Amino acid sequence: MDIIVTRKFVLISALVASLSSCVSVKEYQKNRINDSEMELSARKSEKFEQSFYLYREGASGANGGKSGGGCGCN
Amino acid sequence: MKRITYTVAALLSFFGSVRAQSPDSTENGYKPKKLKIEEVNFVSGYYHQNGNNSAITGGIGTEKLYDFANSLEIRLSKTDRRNRVHTISAEANIDYYSSASQDKIDPLTISSASRSDTHIYPSLSWNMKNDANRTTRGAMFSYSTEYDYKSYGFGINFTKSSKDNNREITLKAGTFQDTYIAILPSELRPSGYSSGAEGDKSNLYHKPRNTYNGSIALSQIVNKRLQLMFIVEPTYQEGLLGTPFHRTYFTDGSEKVEKLPGSRFKLPVGLRGSYFVGDRIVLRGFYRFYADNWGMSAHTVSLEAPVKITPFLSLSPFYRFNTQSGVRYFAPYKQHNPDAAYYTSDYDLSSFQSHFGGMGIRLAPPGGVMGIRHLASLEIRYGHFYRNAGTGMQSDIVTLAVKFK
Repeated sequence: MDIIVTRKFVLISALVASLSSCVSVKEYQKNRINDSEMELSARKSEKFEQSFYLYREGASGANGGKSGGGCGCN
Repeated sequence: MKRITYTVAALLSFFGSVRAQSPDSTENGYKPKKLKIEEVNFVSGYYHQNGNNSAITGGIGTEKLYDFANSLEIRLSKTDRRNRVHTISAEANIDYYSSASQDKIDPLTISSASRSDTHIYPSLSWNMKNDANRTTRGAMFSYSTEYDYKSYGFGINFTKSSKDNNREITLKAGTFQDTYIAILPSELRPSGYSSGAEGDKSNLYHKPRNTYNGSIALSQIVNKRLQLMFIVEPTYQEGLLGTPFHRTYFTDGSEKVEKLPGSRFKLPVGLRGSYFVGDRIVLRGFYRFYADNWGMSAHTVSLEAPVKITPFLSLSPFYRFNTQSGVRYFAPYKQHNPDAAYYTSDYDLSSFQSHFGGMGIRLAPPGGVMGIRHLASLEIRYGHFYRNAGTGMQSDIVTLAVKFK
């Protein structure tokens, strides 16, 4: 249990540290950030992959796909 | 395919002619920006799976299935008098699938009600972006119909960006209001209960399944090469959450229809990141922790590494790993306690690890793919999936995505 708590603490600390070290990026400096391969949301070509994850795995959500609706019984 | 290409071409020419006929008004210094097609996306996918742990036959028997899915999305945009950009997206989706296990709902007939089915699910969404206060707000409606299932979805969303556009928070709320027509396995139907086949649907239970979900997503540009997104998406479901034609077999040899609790609360928390390494490689990572009140917890990680062979051609190898602990109501074939309140032999809800890996290729040249001016990008992806639940299940999926602009 202690190991799990320590891991969570390290993970959250790393996340907070990475966000606090953010620099202000100007619009003209965003050529790499705006590259189509850098998109944070799921791409159109992943649409049907997300559908089968929803049906073939018990976990769902927080990945840009659906988290409900539809039967999924096939 | 040919028909879809003609449809897209006809739509493009139709909206092109609408645009050509709209008069420009410069009254009061206002110059209206006309409704225009932002983009048209067509996605087509073929999925095939095979395994031997079907829930329809109680955790044994074939899981062979194929699904041919197609999606067409048209995105329109218009700038209004207050300089707000309205985007309307209309999407039509259709899947045709065939399932060997669904043929076992009624093994006495040659072909049961749901051996193959067509799933139609259109959706409509609207978003309004206001650069003056750096907000976007929107709404969506969706509908889905299958032989024994109907679903209506509604949702709203709101986004606020920071002054430097480096940070963004998005709030979403939505619901799906579904109705299940309960087709039961032939040997478990009460006297007089309909089979659900065409012409025999007069006496079937209609059961609701409702989903309510919200999400908070916070994205941050960390530096010129790295951006991150943190997402929490709690979901609550109620109603018939089991599948009425799933069988379960007990240690005493008896048989019943799958039974699961009438509500489920799910809590997934995700972190996405994309990092530009050097000038040619992008690393796209995803991690999700998931837990629900049925006793399931899961960890999912994925990594995709698009490599730019040229500025307009990229190859994207990807790998995804998922590990989950099963729900407390799961047991394999003939291993359920006859006194249990809830029971299922659906291996989708069991403990397993799954692996999904493959490759994508993407073309997006500035003059259009193969010199076709409106064909902005073309992408093909192939992936192989394996999960070690029961005797193991494998599947393959290939997807084609094209974007017209």
